[in-house]
Amino acid sequence: MSNAEARLEMLTRINRAVSGVEAPALPAYPQGQRLEHEAMLHQFQDRIEDYRASFVRVPAAEVMEAVEAALAGAKRVLVPAGLHPDFLPSGLELLRDDPPLSHAGLDGAEAVVTGCAVAISETGTIILDHAPDQGRRALTLIPDLHICIIRAEQIVQSVLEGVQLVEASVQAGQPLTWISGGSATSDIELVRVEGVHGPRRLCVVVVDQIPVH
Amino acid sequence: MQIDLFITCINDAMFPRTGQATVRLLERLGQTVRFNANQTCCGQMHLNTGYRDDALKLIRKFVDDYRDSEVVVMPSGSCAAMVRELYPEAAKWGGDQDLLREVEELAPRVFELSEFLVNKLGIDDVGAYYPHRVTYHPTCHAMRVLRVGDAPLKLLRNVRGMTLLELEGSEECCGFGGTFSVKNPDVSAAMLADKTRHILDTGAEVCTAGDNSCLLHIGGGLHRLRSGAGTVHLAEILASTEGEVFA
Amino acid sequence: MSGLHPAKPFPEAARDKVNQPQLRANLRKVTHTIREKRLRAVGELPHWEELRVLGEATKDASLANLSDRLLQLEASVKARGGQVHWARDAAEAREIVVRIAQAHQVDELIKVKSITSDEIELNAALQERGIHAIETDLAELIVQLSHDTPSHILVPAIHRNRAEIQALFNRELPGEGSLSDSPAELAGAARRYLRHKFLTTKMAVSGVNFAVAETGTVCVVESEGNGRMCLTLPEVLVSIMGVEKVLEKWEDLAVFMELLPRSSTAERMNPYTSFWSGVTPGDGPQEFHLILLDNGRTEVLADATGRQTLRCIRCSACLNVCPVYERTGGHAYGSVYPGPIGAILTPQLLGMADKNANTLPGASSLCGACFDACPVRINIPQVLIYLRGEVTAEKGVTAEALAMKTVGYAMSSGWRFEGALKLARVGQGPLVKGGEITSLPGLLGGWTQSRDLKAVPPQSFREWWKEREQGSE
Repeated sequence: MSNAEARLEMLTRINRAVSGVEAPALPAYPQGQRLEHEAMLHQFQDRIEDYRASFVRVPAAEVMEAVEAALAGAKRVLVPAGLHPDFLPSGLELLRDDPPLSHAGLDGAEAVVTGCAVAISETGTIILDHAPDQGRRALTLIPDLHICIIRAEQIVQSVLEGVQLVEASVQAGQPLTWISGGSATSDIELVRVEGVHGPRRLCVVVVDQIPVH
Repeated sequence: MQIDLFITCINDAMFPRTGQATVRLLERLGQTVRFNANQTCCGQMHLNTGYRDDALKLIRKFVDDYRDSEVVVMPSGSCAAMVRELYPEAAKWGGDQDLLREVEELAPRVFELSEFLVNKLGIDDVGAYYPHRVTYHPTCHAMRVLRVGDAPLKLLRNVRGMTLLELEGSEECCGFGGTFSVKNPDVSAAMLADKTRHILDTGAEVCTAGDNSCLLHIGGGLHRLRSGAGTVHLAEILASTEGEVFA
Repeated sequence: MSGLHPAKPFPEAARDKVNQPQLRANLRKVTHTIREKRLRAVGELPHWEELRVLGEATKDASLANLSDRLLQLEASVKARGGQVHWARDAAEAREIVVRIAQAHQVDELIKVKSITSDEIELNAALQERGIHAIETDLAELIVQLSHDTPSHILVPAIHRNRAEIQALFNRELPGEGSLSDSPAELAGAARRYLRHKFLTTKMAVSGVNFAVAETGTVCVVESEGNGRMCLTLPEVLVSIMGVEKVLEKWEDLAVFMELLPRSSTAERMNPYTSFWSGVTPGDGPQEFHLILLDNGRTEVLADATGRQTLRCIRCSACLNVCPVYERTGGHAYGSVYPGPIGAILTPQLLGMADKNANTLPGASSLCGACFDACPVRINIPQVLIYLRGEVTAEKGVTAEALAMKTVGYAMSSGWRFEGALKLARVGQGPLVKGGEITSLPGLLGGWTQSRDLKAVPPQSFREWWKEREQGSE
């Protein structure tokens, strides 16, 4: 068995199969009704809460309090290197991923606090592109509580806009994680159970205005 | 309008009353009806069972019989769907470009009865009288292929003396599917059992639809159950008046 | 059932299933629940139909240039540090996975739910070489622990109720034994069992929902987080994709991220989707293999009518709306691809000569609900009818073919048809009781199992018309 041989044969079969087939022209991407910024934020909140994740919206000065409330007493908190230090309340045992923590090390964290790349209101989706304020993928996967801080201007309405906004990250080779609520399963009699393997709780903190650091 | 009636083979053989009702109804509405006696079958059974060449012969025959028609009307959603949706495909599968051109040209002039009345003639009250409790089963091909929408219901709602009862799970197939009912009798019967149960739950005396093939199936199930409820084609209800009861 | 190959003809397999009341009740509940939920999720988007058209065109465009797309994908995955393998059939694909596992000397690996891996019967092949594949999706875990096979694309253990799962987990999961039947508690047990595996297992295998040629990006859509665990924590990741999963550009993904979740789980968006391109230094597996699988797909691609089957994004909407699936469940289809999509995909992948698979195009009343629900507008009823033609062509002359010819001859002109009707009236004589036929012989006996048949009436429509014409002259 040779990979080159299989490759050649498959490509030959494909070329024979579609010889003379024209690719259709793509129609324009259909757009729904546009929402005003405030309506969009309300939509985002509605979607997030529909996933039974928690949602708060605060002015920049109150982010720290919001994070503290969302932590609900959790002390061992993972923090990506690029996260704004003003967001974090005092008295925490901060776990920095530098040098990278082992899986077991990550497993010891009770919570993780991150930013995000973009969020989509229509679907209540948060997109992480794992930039320095979000950290590598494992950070937002292993702890049981994920607190995600989103600047209001990072929220867009449609899936298409979200996809377009992270294209540069993808082109740069970054992985993405799309998160819409906490982990869930409906595998047993279609009963929805929130919290399986990913973080069982997701708290979204939307910040209206952010100070320039 | 000069209407060519394609009665369909199953109506011709098994349900002549439906054909008579269709003629009576269209004439009462001031239309002229012709019947081309050379007509037979649209070829649906052959095509759907996998006999493409046999079907193509019947398709060519249909085209020969109706090439010059102004409109062709048939009291059957599935036969109209066959002509409009599957004739072009069958022509492509048979590699017959001339036939493809001809069926594409003919297809827009082919109508199922209720869509013809409501969408083409713009009539939704045909002046019918039918003093019974009736429930309506929207047949799959009329609903999902022809997209007749609520045309049959518009017509039924205007029938005087009639109580129209809503059918639970109305949009679910009755399980006929042509030779499906013979080749997969167990699944077909399971589908039919749910359909007949829902019909009996309405308390209707009659289940109506725009297709006698489905009604043959549903009626066969209701008869086996000795339920007392029966089936009547939509055309027969619409043709009925106080003076003349068709069904 | 193993992989694609049905062990029985569909009508026979269906009979066994239709007559199980508990299974029927489970399936009915599940399919009706998802159906209604899907209608709500889809109804929220007024431009849904346009999205379907765009999804269809996007897939068709990619398939029309499939070899270019695959070469582009190969180049971009390699450029980002991944390795790309080509597999003509299931055996080649299995062998590639086995070799990678052996190279890393693993005796255990974790898996994200992947129907493609079930199609190639990967787990059994690994087991033969002493490598245990652990399914990490809850439903797949249930199926695996009970030595069962999946019965639904999306919810593979849908044929099992909570009591069965409770007994299974109490028996099979280490350290358990007193679990209640609460779904939350059962899911919690799976979490405990798998957590250690996720953190310590060296190699993972996944499927692929979409791949982007231009950027070398591969994507897995999921709900539980087991996917993220498998795609992120192990050192070595192998992803197996059917060649039809590739798209051209990054932006092409957008429409599918709208179409898939709403059609599949009937959610606005699924909880988690992971995208990665080759290897990301310092993040996730540092060795990545992508296997491009043919296994009959290029045959499907070569067929002008059948080709549209390859648009399928495995959402399972067609299963949930199908009145046949609702009554038989997935096992009756005997393949990892059940329901309407399976009825067209399985026989095409195996070829029309497969005696059991070639009964699958008959497993439909052609009601058309599947086409309406399909997010990429695969005209399943049309393909079913087309494939029935391929099957009869393959079979040649049969009793049924001769009967069809005879009917065709009778239908070849109006007067022949009239003659045939007269004969039928005479012929049915002994069968008719009170205007109905209650028992038919031979091929038609299936009808009278549960229905009567109205007898042919004394006068046909054409005879009535002739009489009327003569009367009016």
